[in-house]
Amino acid sequence: MTDHAYNFAYLDEQTKRMIRRAILKGLAIPGYQVPFASREMPMPYGWGTGGVQVSAAILTPEDRFKVIDQGADDTTNAVSIRSFFERTAGVATTTRTKEATVIQTRHRIPEDPLSEGQILVYQVPIPEPLRFLEPRETETRKMHALQEYGLMHVKLYEDIARHGHIATAYAYPVKVEGRYVMDPSPIPKFDNPKMSGCPAIQLFGAGREQRIYALPPYTRVVSLDFEDHPFEASKADHACGLCDATDSYLDEVIVDDTGTRVFVCSDTDYCEGRQAQGFRGKDTA
Amino acid sequence: MTALIGGFTTPATHSAHAFRGVMTAMARPGTIETLHGAMPPAPLSPAAGAVLLTLCDADTPLYLAGDTDTTDVRAWVAFHTGAPLTGPETCAFALGRWDALLPLSRFSIGTAEYPDRSATLIVETDRLEAAGATLTGPGICTTAALSLPGTGDFRDNHARFPLGLDFLFTCGGRVAALPRSTSISAPKDC
Repeated sequence: MTDHAYNFAYLDEQTKRMIRRAILKGLAIPGYQVPFASREMPMPYGWGTGGVQVSAAILTPEDRFKVIDQGADDTTNAVSIRSFFERTAGVATTTRTKEATVIQTRHRIPEDPLSEGQILVYQVPIPEPLRFLEPRETETRKMHALQEYGLMHVKLYEDIARHGHIATAYAYPVKVEGRYVMDPSPIPKFDNPKMSGCPAIQLFGAGREQRIYALPPYTRVVSLDFEDHPFEASKADHACGLCDATDSYLDEVIVDDTGTRVFVCSDTDYCEGRQAQGFRGKDTA
Repeated sequence: MTALIGGFTTPATHSAHAFRGVMTAMARPGTIETLHGAMPPAPLSPAAGAVLLTLCDADTPLYLAGDTDTTDVRAWVAFHTGAPLTGPETCAFALGRWDALLPLSRFSIGTAEYPDRSATLIVETDRLEAAGATLTGPGICTTAALSLPGTGDFRDNHARFPLGLDFLFTCGGRVAALPRSTSISAPKDC
């Protein structure tokens, strides 16, 4: 049911060309943030305007589109973006990771491994990993140009000095192909290892901050760490209450007024797939 | 009148498909993709025409090198893209055969703070196949191979990373790409 009052995938062609040029430069310089003229979208900043613009520029009518918000296909943000492209691009949609050709994601990488034909589009709030350490854009540009990343290591070191370990649990900074330090968007650090050597194309769009960056397939992505404090991909030390998975990232959910907690997969498709295979967790009624 | 025909008949979907091809080529150096929908005037290849229609507009100064700089091509580019024509020093895109594009030092390679402000070269070739120079780097699982018009210039270009030029090779309806991030070693049989 395409809404024919709009151009294919909502954006006008000149805007798409501008975004497409930025995507190509981003792919040619992995991890480097390419400025682009982000448009006003029919949703507020912070709801994935960057990801939506990237998706609009790369979608073709034959694509099968999936949207996840913190791993879930059925949350407000995911549902509204999915129906936005159903209306304006007429693309098929799915909740199955394996069947999707383009996946737009807010803050998770699906548990199922991605394949060569797929494209993963991240929604990014703050694309500059150095921003909270140095507020001036002119300075952070220079720091990237000169590979002046000492400040980031000092920040991680201060974590260790204060907490005894690196306390950064999400948006954990990575280095791309030994050159650019990049913000992986606020994915849990559990997902960081999935970025490296991924067969899919990974694109990052930050609408309010007007930046696009990219990782071509099989790009080397290393989480920053120290020899004596190596990077560790952590998750809650439980099994999923619904599907009993021990290898997936878990959300902690309060289920009643007395504070009863259950841990469930954040990736709803992965969890449902396992339940369909007959796996049952301890919290299934 | 040839200027008015040969563009995308359905611009939104044609350019979406063409861009997917170009993006796949750029993301996976050495991969050869086919682009449909453009019929530019000679001597431009259909693939080069599709790239121009997909990426060029009034915001992208274009340099037509050597034999691509004809009255017909100028009129076609003006009508379908509106890209201003310019010299190699100030262009965002350059189009021509390899010999006409040399020396590469004329093109912008970006600045240390903005390496994206660099030219993209569309190189028309007679031969485009997944054989020849060995490619490694981002986008390539182990190694890839691509018939390149040279190796030295591309090696120098890669050595300047993150600065440098990005290349699209077009041959008939087919396109392949070589971004600056790709490292090149000479063909083993040479």
